[in-house]
Amino acid sequence: MDEIILDVFDASFRYPNAPAYSLKHINFQVRKGEFLVIMGENGAGKTTLCKMLSGIIPHSQEGVYFGDVTICGLNSKEHTLPELCQHIGIVLDDPESQIFTTEVLDEVAFGAENLEIPTDEIQRNADWALQVVRMAGYEEKDPTRLSGGQKQRVAIASALTMQPEILILDEPTSQLDPIGTIEVFQVVRELKEKYNMTIIMVTHKSEEIAQFADRVLVLHEGEVLAMDTPQRIFRNKEIVDKAWLAVPQVSMVAVELEQSGIPLDAFPVRLEEGVEVFSALLQETEARI
Amino acid sequence: MREPVIQVDHLTYTYPNGFEALHDVSFTIEKNDFVAIIGQNGAGKSTLLKNLVGLHKPTQGNIIVDGVNTREISVARLSTKVGFVLQNPDRQLFADSVEEEIRFGPQNLKLDKAEIDARVEHAMEQTGLIRLRREFPMALSAGDRAKVVIASVIAMQPEIIILDEPTTGQDRRGCAQIMDIAKEFQRRGHTVIVVTHAMSLVAEYADRVIVMCKGRRILDGPTAEVFAQEEKLKESFVLPPQVTRLARAMSAVLPVDHTILSTQELSGCIAARVQANQM
Repeated sequence: MDEIILDVFDASFRYPNAPAYSLKHINFQVRKGEFLVIMGENGAGKTTLCKMLSGIIPHSQEGVYFGDVTICGLNSKEHTLPELCQHIGIVLDDPESQIFTTEVLDEVAFGAENLEIPTDEIQRNADWALQVVRMAGYEEKDPTRLSGGQKQRVAIASALTMQPEILILDEPTSQLDPIGTIEVFQVVRELKEKYNMTIIMVTHKSEEIAQFADRVLVLHEGEVLAMDTPQRIFRNKEIVDKAWLAVPQVSMVAVELEQSGIPLDAFPVRLEEGVEVFSALLQETEARI
Repeated sequence: MREPVIQVDHLTYTYPNGFEALHDVSFTIEKNDFVAIIGQNGAGKSTLLKNLVGLHKPTQGNIIVDGVNTREISVARLSTKVGFVLQNPDRQLFADSVEEEIRFGPQNLKLDKAEIDARVEHAMEQTGLIRLRREFPMALSAGDRAKVVIASVIAMQPEIIILDEPTTGQDRRGCAQIMDIAKEFQRRGHTVIVVTHAMSLVAEYADRVIVMCKGRRILDGPTAEVFAQEEKLKESFVLPPQVTRLARAMSAVLPVDHTILSTQELSGCIAARVQANQM
């Protein structure tokens, strides 16, 4: 669990002609098999960080880049994008921009075909990937005619087919229905637990973060504001307010109770923790009568 | 009985490839309603919206918007009655400044300059964009870009505004700002229809919820009544907001006679009980 698979050392990036750096002196490490979530307000640098972690920066995004990103032991500056792609997969936040074939199955297999993976293995991986994103049966459909949420799931399946060691997902559930969202998080947990895959996900969905993520990295104005467990992040009012973080409703109830002068034994971030903490509070006051 | 502004009557819509996206859907939306349409991906929500704004014409059935059948009016004319904010607002942006972007629609209505100026000012004021009027729209934050698109729709002064997943990819501040603009539009007497997957926002803002599942309308009613039907909602891959589920899970220790829709409501109930016990 302690093997470092991704290492970011003093990394900064500025887009061409931009007046300011989008990312400033970023330092952090990700352990193999970890599920790390990146949170932060619009414009905080989340998508830019995804591009940096996947090698898109510096290889296919122009700009001023300092620092070092080491992906599975490879410094991204010293290795080509195809070399880095053997280890890392990325799904961008606009699935439309990634779709260009006329059949879902071709779309899902395309990336893996370029990595020269044997055909029967690609077929197996693609079937599995479509199954896990709940898109089995859509193999022959035209991807451009799918709904936004379906396109998003096809894009995730495309990355999964390559079976990367590290998977980066930029807002992969932004267009998904509530249960579809939970399913993607469950898939991520399965990838992590069964395949020891490392997952880095940008998302605002705090309830699922509390349920599934190991750690949260909070970006604010291009800098790392905090990196800690979801419990400690959501409880930290200063960080939550500064970065405009969405907080699970169960935690909001706790904050509101504390604000009205009712102290709690524990700070809940998950639904079942809330049931436990608030029920205990009520039973305790009742017992005192 | 309030005035109906949209009447959907036995609407069936089949795409040219034969896929039936909507099946025999009927409902009426009344003036000044704030309606959320929810349901799983592929349930037919976006197809329904495209029918409401005339981009699709019903395969069977009729849609009457503000007294006019959508089959009998051009999309351009209909757009003065129903404003439509697309799922990806960036696709609606093209001008060099925020003000020009908002001016484009009213200009095409061939109104006189004073009227156009007044509408542009009003739309910018209502969306908090006055300080950004000279900025290049594509250089703005995602939240501000979404506001520009909503402002350009408001400037057309439609009776009804329809927003397709307006808060996708927005942070907490962006979500609240966008939904507050929609609420303000309702307060000024207009009708709002929003498609979204963000159930906490539905609970906070909508008066009525329509649930779509596989091209059919499976639930329709006041927000609290719809969110009380957790099992039925699951059919369309929807869950009530977390606070609603939390309140239900605590019903043995905290019986409440209505469906909880906000954190303030629940913390208020808990606090009241704690304080009553301490008396």
